[in-house]
Amino acid sequence: MAAPDILPPKGVRPPIIGPGQTFGTITDRIAGIVLTKHTPIFWVAIVAIALALFGMLQTAVGYLLVKGVGIWGITIPIGWGFAIVNFVWWIGIGHAGTLISAILLLFKQTWRTSINRFAEAMTIFAVMQAGLFPLIHTGRPWLAAYWLFPIPLTMGVWPQFRSPLIWDVFAVSTYFTASFLFWGIGLIPDFATLRDSAKTLVVRRIYGMLAMGWRGSAKHWNRYETAYMLLAGLCTPLVLSVHSVVSLDFAVSVVPGWHTTFFPPYFVAGAIYSGFAMVLMLAIPFRYLYGMQDFITLRHLQNCGKLMLATGQIVAYSYGMEMFIGWYSQDKYELAMVNNRLHGPYSHYYYMLILCNILIPQSLWLNKVRSTPWILFLVSVVVNTGMWLERFVIVVMSLQRDFVPSSWGMYWYTKWDMMIFVGTMGFFTLLFFIFIRLMPAISIFEMRNLIPQSKVNE
Amino acid sequence: MTAAPIYGLMAEFETPTELVEAAKGAYAAGYRKMDAYTPYPLEEAAEAIGAHHNRVPLVVLVGAMLGMIGGYSLEYWVSVVAYPINVGGKPFHSWPAFIPVTFECAVLGACLAAVFGMLALNGLPQPYHPVFNSPNFVRASRDRFFLCIESQDPRFSPSDTRKLLESYKPEEITEVPY
Repeated sequence: MAAPDILPPKGVRPPIIGPGQTFGTITDRIAGIVLTKHTPIFWVAIVAIALALFGMLQTAVGYLLVKGVGIWGITIPIGWGFAIVNFVWWIGIGHAGTLISAILLLFKQTWRTSINRFAEAMTIFAVMQAGLFPLIHTGRPWLAAYWLFPIPLTMGVWPQFRSPLIWDVFAVSTYFTASFLFWGIGLIPDFATLRDSAKTLVVRRIYGMLAMGWRGSAKHWNRYETAYMLLAGLCTPLVLSVHSVVSLDFAVSVVPGWHTTFFPPYFVAGAIYSGFAMVLMLAIPFRYLYGMQDFITLRHLQNCGKLMLATGQIVAYSYGMEMFIGWYSQDKYELAMVNNRLHGPYSHYYYMLILCNILIPQSLWLNKVRSTPWILFLVSVVVNTGMWLERFVIVVMSLQRDFVPSSWGMYWYTKWDMMIFVGTMGFFTLLFFIFIRLMPAISIFEMRNLIPQSKVNE
Repeated sequence: MTAAPIYGLMAEFETPTELVEAAKGAYAAGYRKMDAYTPYPLEEAAEAIGAHHNRVPLVVLVGAMLGMIGGYSLEYWVSVVAYPINVGGKPFHSWPAFIPVTFECAVLGACLAAVFGMLALNGLPQPYHPVFNSPNFVRASRDRFFLCIESQDPRFSPSDTRKLLESYKPEEITEVPY
């Protein structure tokens, strides 16, 4: 285990990488997590819990497929319920991974290197959880293929391209593919490292196949870097578009509380906010359990904290504007929406949301909070809870009371809703820990770039 | 040639600076068929062996165009030709609503082109390559820097090329068999 975190004196920022690292030590430390017969006991424990939750997910989804979506709490008027709340929440979490890997790369933020690999993995696994919800929300996922995708069938029925729901299908599936490619291309040189460091023939063969014969040729690196930068450039507008399109699912409708033009930036900021919270929720235990304090330093935690603070302020501004526009419009349905948020049957959700997403995260202004991993972890948990509540407020509270009081209703989730939601957390954790065990969770070749020896002296 | 043909001569360096110097020197001496092998992307090495331009951006542009045209055409055909439905009196060809999907398809095409184009131009996947016969080459993915002058180069001669490489004081020079 590495040395405990030491905060440098005032005015000095912690380093991006601990002192005394060489090409060899970086390789051995990161590859050592994978290339070992020894599986840590905490890994077994976490995966066992995650597997149990995954089993619960399978049970609940299996029962859902047999009985139909009637086992959920969704009714008319609240037809979206947990499925869409969780979809938006999970897909938002994915956004920080792409922000770290693409946008921070273009801005030459070298500190991103230590956390980009597992943040990208987090994106992929989060989008997988997100994709599950609309699919099972259709009730008949085996028919969803032709409802969602333009597939030529004898019926001659095609999707409606004027609908944001179809834009969403294209946005999310493109996002998943692009994130997967970005992650995969980053892994190729590291698979080559694992192939060359492997101790047994079988392991060498497996990583050899995954590395596809990568040999570190300068000509290859040249094309590789070009492709990598272009992917970053492509993923930047993509990641902004994905949650914008998700927000249009709401904003294009006429429901009070949804029908607003600022939804796209509001959703994107919220997505990055929750995504950084999830990055910290993963990075803090990871660096502690695997003793990676030299690679994921206090600097990374501080920077993530600052980004959370910044996006949190945008989110706070959006909450303010939501209420302001409702009042300023003087439209009676918008005013009723504002009134319902503040005094309606779900107002305690709204006040919890303000507490979790605006008030508690203000503690991130303090350097002490940003530099103390366990406090930062707790703040991240609070923020992700808050972001889930935000989606609940948007989805349920807006649908709950629309124009005609005779069609008002309440939403009560059932145990099946909860089992599927908690189950996806288990599935996510399971995928993430399998990834940590089998693939380098920190990009080895990019880390080599961070040490002084990597530079050419003229 | 008398002995078994070789792929080239491989020099091993400890630092990137030494590698780049040797690569520049070999390029100045007229060698063109050579390659540097580094554990991380080293722009200077690619420049030194004269490989700083590549066709990946062109491939990506083609991918983006194909995705864009394909996406929009699909939407037009579905909404106007195959399955025209009047929604709120909007025209069948309501192009502003088609932009998001067109954009996503363009990005998808470009991303696929970037990754698979890069792999294809690099000739990957490649199960076998002679440089892996070099005994210490496993360290190219770890902490060492290699320069290989290939025997296909018209100027290549086992003795002169070796002398040139030796003048840059590598850790080791090995012959790479096929």
